[in-house]
Amino acid sequence: MKNPLDSLWGTVICGLILTVILHNIVSYALGG
Amino acid sequence: MDWVPAISRWIHLLAGVMWIGLLYYFNFVNVAAAKAAAADGTAAGISKHVMPRALFWFRWAAVVTWLAGASLLGRHFPDAFLFLNKSYYAIGLGAWLGTIMLINVWGLIWPNQKKILGMVQATDEEKNKARRVAFLASRTNTMLSIPMLYFMAAGAHTALFYGR
Repeated sequence: MKNPLDSLWGTVICGLILTVILHNIVSYALGG
Repeated sequence: MDWVPAISRWIHLLAGVMWIGLLYYFNFVNVAAAKAAAADGTAAGISKHVMPRALFWFRWAAVVTWLAGASLLGRHFPDAFLFLNKSYYAIGLGAWLGTIMLINVWGLIWPNQKKILGMVQATDEEKNKARRVAFLASRTNTMLSIPMLYFMAAGAHTALFYGR
């Protein structure tokens, strides 16, 4: 499997996915 | 006016724009430019005149950004970094992402760039390995900058992002 960080858009998409995951974790931790 | 947090926030933003701006320059512009320049034999100009200057401002802006951020947190530094207080969860996560990025700059990107640019001695094999490590560390920081900036904004405007 190709490393997504080799592509600029793969890097941006990984960052966006990570943002959604972390947002949900913080939201859950805050009781939302 | 509370001068220390106000000035700290201002410096944090100024240095942060320089740090992340140069990170985006490296990733969105320079990687492709260096490849094209290598193909037509003009890469020396970039590696000799651009990269050392860009890396100087990049790595020191990272330090100033982190120190100004720590100063801005002040006595709430443990609340953020140890997640002791719910009000500091968002900024704590942003602060951790920024800290990992700072460690990447000084622990991976800069030592490997010194080999690539010939500032320290390295064999061709070591230079090739250094190129790959520096590239992936830089791309990792670009990826981490996306949630990092989200949580920096969320930390300052928690009600807007989390409704509380």
